[in-house]
This record gives sequence, C-alpha cells and structure tokens, in this order.
Amino acid sequence: MAMTSPISVAGKAAPQALRGPSWDGRFTVLILFLPPALLLFTLFVVLPIGEAAWYSGFNWNGFGRPSNWIGFDNYRFVLETRAFWLALRNNGLIIVVSLAIQLPLALTLALMLAERFRGAVALRMLFFMPYILAEIATGLIFSFVYDGDYGLVASIWRTFGAEPPHLLASTDTAMLAVLIVIVWKYFGFHMMLFIAALQSLDKSLVEAARIDGATRAQALRHVVIPLLYPTIRLSVFFAIVGSLQLFDLVMPLTRGGPADSSNTMVSFLYNNGISRMRVGYGSAIGVILFVICVTFAFTYKRWFMRDE
Amino acid sequence: MRLLEKLGLAAAACLLVVNVAVADTTVKWLHIEVNPAQVKIWEDVARAYEASHPGVKIEMQFLENEAYKAKLPTILQSKDRPNIIYSWAGGVLKTQIEAGVLEDITDQVKGYSDSLTPAALAAFTSNGRVYGLPIALSQVGFLCNKELMVKAKVDPAAIKTWDDLLAAVKTLKAAGVTPIVVGGADKWPLHFYWTHLAVRIGGKAAFDAALRDENGGFAGETFQKSGELFKQLVELQPFQNGFLGFKNPQAVGYFGDGKAAMTLAISSAYNLQRALAADKVGLSEDKICWFDFPVVAGGKGEPTDTLGGITGWLVTKGSPKEAVDFLKYFISKDVQTRLAAGSYIIPVVQGAEAGLNNSFMKMIAANLAKSQYHQNFYDQSLGPSVGRVVNDVSAEIAGGSMSPQDAAKAIEAAFKQGN
Repeated sequence: MAMTSPISVAGKAAPQALRGPSWDGRFTVLILFLPPALLLFTLFVVLPIGEAAWYSGFNWNGFGRPSNWIGFDNYRFVLETRAFWLALRNNGLIIVVSLAIQLPLALTLALMLAERFRGAVALRMLFFMPYILAEIATGLIFSFVYDGDYGLVASIWRTFGAEPPHLLASTDTAMLAVLIVIVWKYFGFHMMLFIAALQSLDKSLVEAARIDGATRAQALRHVVIPLLYPTIRLSVFFAIVGSLQLFDLVMPLTRGGPADSSNTMVSFLYNNGISRMRVGYGSAIGVILFVICVTFAFTYKRWFMRDE
Repeated sequence: MRLLEKLGLAAAACLLVVNVAVADTTVKWLHIEVNPAQVKIWEDVARAYEASHPGVKIEMQFLENEAYKAKLPTILQSKDRPNIIYSWAGGVLKTQIEAGVLEDITDQVKGYSDSLTPAALAAFTSNGRVYGLPIALSQVGFLCNKELMVKAKVDPAAIKTWDDLLAAVKTLKAAGVTPIVVGGADKWPLHFYWTHLAVRIGGKAAFDAALRDENGGFAGETFQKSGELFKQLVELQPFQNGFLGFKNPQAVGYFGDGKAAMTLAISSAYNLQRALAADKVGLSEDKICWFDFPVVAGGKGEPTDTLGGITGWLVTKGSPKEAVDFLKYFISKDVQTRLAAGSYIIPVVQGAEAGLNNSFMKMIAANLAKSQYHQNFYDQSLGPSVGRVVNDVSAEIAGGSMSPQDAAKAIEAAFKQGN
C-alpha cells in the first residue's frame, strides 16, 4: 500500500495548477461559458414553466389569447378531481415498486453479472435490451402480451385450464399490469449502472475484508454495498424522477383507463388538459407536477447527495 | 462578353423560376382517414384536379384521429397551417369560429351550396355564414350478425323497445353467444348508449333545454334516466370479456370475425368491419342485419330520431381561394357518387345517393332522410371539455364505478365549468 497511485499524485498537483489564474481569470471564464447554458436553460425551462404558470390562471381553450382570468380556480378544479388523486397515488405506487422491487432486483443481477464468466456479457445485453426499446413500442408489445384472447398471458392461463383474464380491462389489475411492464423495462438500466460501479470498485478492499475473515455475505454487506452508495443514490434519483415523468408507456397500454385507474400525473395532464382543450387546467396540472419534481430534486440533492 | 451573357442568362433563368413559383399554389389538405381504399379515391381526385387546374398542387397530409384532435389548436395557429382540415362540426367548430381561425366561405360557395343536403350544410353554418362543407352523414344503430341471431332464435326485426333489447341479450347469453361487442377503451363507443337513450327519452326538446341549462341541465331527469336504463343493460353483462380494454378498431374487427351478435356502431362500420376483421374479409352483406336503436316506453323522442355524425371539411383563415375551389370539386355529385358506390359514405350532395348500390346503405340513407331530429355525437356537439366527460361517465357506468346520478351530475358540472 506504500505505492501512491497516479490519482493521488494528480490530486496533489491539482491545487498548484489552480493557483495560477486569479479571480479575474475565472470571471472571464464565467462570462464566456455561462451565457450559452443560461440562454438554453431560460429558453427551454424557465420560459415554458413561466408560461404554464401564467396560463394556469385562465379558463382558456388554446385559441387566440387567454382572456378569461379565473385566478387559482384551475388549481381548485384539479384538486377536486378524483382522477388527479388517483394519478398521484399511481405515481406513488410506481415509486414504491421501483425502489422496493426494481432496484434490489437490478442490484442482485448486477452482483451476479459483474463477475467475468462465460455468457455474462450476453446476459447483460439481454437484460439491458428492454431499456433500449422505445416506450411506445414496449407499450404496444405488452398490450398484445396482455390481450385476453390471443395474448401470451392468455395462453399461459389456458395451459392451466383457467379462463384468461383481461388484465388491462379491469380497474383492479390495469395498474398492476403497467407496473410489471415498468419493472421489466427499466431494471436493466439500473443493473447497468450498478455493474459499471462494481467494475470500478477497488477490489483490494474486498480482498482485505476477506483476508480479515469476513464471509462473502459480510464482505458484501459491509464493504461492497457501502461502496455502491453513491451509485445507489443516483439510481434512486433516476427511478423517482423517471416515475414522476412516466407517460409514453401508459398511453398505448391503457390510456390511463379503465376509469382513470392507471393514469400517471402526465397522462392525466394529457387526457384532461390537452385532449380536452383546457389549456389553463392542463397548465395547472403541469405546474403542480413541476413543483413536486423540483421540491423532490432539491430536497434529495440536499439530504442524500451532499457529498457529490 | 461571354461571361456577361452567361450572367444575363442566369438572371433570366432565375426570373423564370421565380415567376413559376408565384404562379404555383399549394393547397395543404390534412385528413385522418385510415381506410386505404378510400384514401386512394381521394388521391385520384386530387391528381385529377391538378391535371385540370395547372399551377395548383394538392398536398395531402395525414394525422391519426386522437393526435389530430390534440394538436389542432396548435396547428390552426401556426403560420404553416394546412388549408383544409377535417371536422365533426359541433362545439369544436363553434370554438374555432369564435377564435377566428377559419375562413368565411359563404360568398365563394353561393349557388353551389344549394346542391347540398340542407341539414348537413346547416351543421357548418353559424349566424348565416358558412365555414365549411359537409362530406358525409352517418347513423348510429345496431349492426347484427344474422347467423348468431338465428342460432339464438332472436329476431332482430322484433327488437323495437329497450326491454326487447334486454330480453334479446338474455336470450343470446343463454344460447352461449356474446351478445354485444364494444370498444370500451376508446370510451366514445360506450357513450352511444347513454346519448342515444337520452335522444329516445327526451327527444330534441330535452337536449335543447339542457343547453339552456333548464330542467336541471344535464343533471336533469332525462339524463339521469338514460344512465339508469344503460345500467340495466350493463348489469346483464352483455359485452365481450375485457371490453374496457378493447379499442374501437379491435371491437369492429371482433364483430367482423363473427364473435359477437351485435354492436352499436356508426353505419360506416358496416364497411369498416371487412378491413378490420382478422381474415380481411369479414362478414358479407347477406350475413349482416341492422336494427335502429330501440325506443323507450314513455319516451318523448320520435322513433325516427337519429344519432350520428355530420362530418366535413373546413378552410383555414388566409387560405388561397383554390382551397375552396378544390373542396367544391371534391364534394361534387360525381365524386360523392363514387364514394357512395363504394359504400364509404352516405352522401350529402343531392342526387349522389343514386350511387348507393346496396340495400344496407340505401336503408341508412332513407333513415336519415326520414329523421326530423339528427343529433350529432355528443362528444363532438358539446365540444371537447364537456364531450369527453360524457365519454368518461359512460365508460364509468359501464365499468360499474359510477352511479347514473353521479354521471349526470359530472356532465352538468363540466358543462358549467367549461362554459
């Protein structure tokens, strides 16, 4: 362990390199490099959200200029809509399932497949495949899989001699069916994150633990997993933000139905704002969603990702 | 000198090109038609028009139905908007007229408009000004499968009242036949039940009163009762398994595959079921029967009242006059006769009904001609914000998740909120 790795050398050298430029120099860099990013951010984030906030105060159908100012009524209408709370509940469900099922599954598979053995790479690719598929295509494929007359699920049911269910057509099972697709589609992405992290782990730490007499399980529990924390935190962040924004998978599967039982916030926005030409109402939903996302992102960054 | 000459020539060539470009007019025509055979006829009409009108180009663009409805407000307000767009008339059209995004074509269609069915033209007229031209009419009613009806010993001609229909459903179920197929995922096929019951129970008077917010508006007695009667049907579990997961094309195909005895559909499904059946053949003419939506005991509506569509084309603000000229060419006796002969449409140009060459289409045309009150689809007629709620609650009643009273109240609430 006496040998210094190149990283630490670079780390020691870094402050010397930074000592040269004065504050002026950094200011110049700021002046040069900030505007493009700021401009893009303003154009594509700040302005649209500002617009949405502005529209959300109107009863407006999207034609001409909004003129019928109704203040916060749209927000009241949204909160009075039962389907909105259903959608919120569904987003909650998606988050719970992502964290409780998808991430552990991804981690378990990553631990298995991070080792080098024959076929590991092929298996990795296989599990990663669903993530590459377009969401719309995935939704379509699964709407066939779930078809109660011709689908894969139906034929499995028939082999057991039971009457096949129409999972997507019942308020009790539609959301469950959507959740299964979500897990199937995204676990590979998280698995890849974990594999990447595992492969860049300092193996000597695990070896040291093993030499000190830790069992494999103990080494995993006390060395490997803690070393993965940054990645796990990142993965959780992606899972939650992705869950909040989920839309394109739901539309081809159920369109949020039956009876709004499988709407997410965004599909609720689309079904109740866009396709009904209630731009004000839709904007109010958008603003609520934005507030939820931003609050989450900042809190999470502040509490869980401080050191990154 | 050579160089100068070349330059001169080049300049002259440029001028020529510019001249040609000025003389060329492009008419952008946005449609949502998915039946390839019908689109083919339209293409031919567009090419024929171009051939006889040099300097005009007709450019066809396609958008899927739902996407079209969602994008329309944006499309209409862009500088690059299409010139001719599809319309179901009703509340959406009213909104578009108020927003000033449509061209007033009254003067351009003077004289020509006399050749159209007055009721159809009226759907595209507001305050005496014409904003679009109709292309087709349709009627909603029960398509039925003769073989399955015979198998269960049900006589479709004898289904006259709502109770007859309920009895027929029971008989079909007892015979092991799926009574009705419906595309519940799209919701609007379910709203046909609720709204047609309202047409039968309250007639034109009830609908007009609700629009004026009298007698409790859409939460009034007529609309509560339509929900209650619809619920009677739903409780018999008449639909195919998983009906809330079926999209309309799937359901129409299911009927074409001969898997259900009846479907409450737009008359055009008679033709569409062939294209959507698994074998692309579907049910032949002699295997299909039809009966009008049954009457309700004590209902104020006339048995001849119809529910259906009045569809047509609008011309957007600032479009070249060629757009209207092409529309007149497209909705002419000749083209309408061809479309009628292919059983694609019930025509709106007087005399084109001569093209109708089968008994089914002739019967629908006769029904529409007899009808004193043709109610446009509610979800179009009431505009998107209220119309979609009608679709929602119809699907909720069908799924058993909402009471008829709450359904009527929800529509009334949307009506108050949206207007």
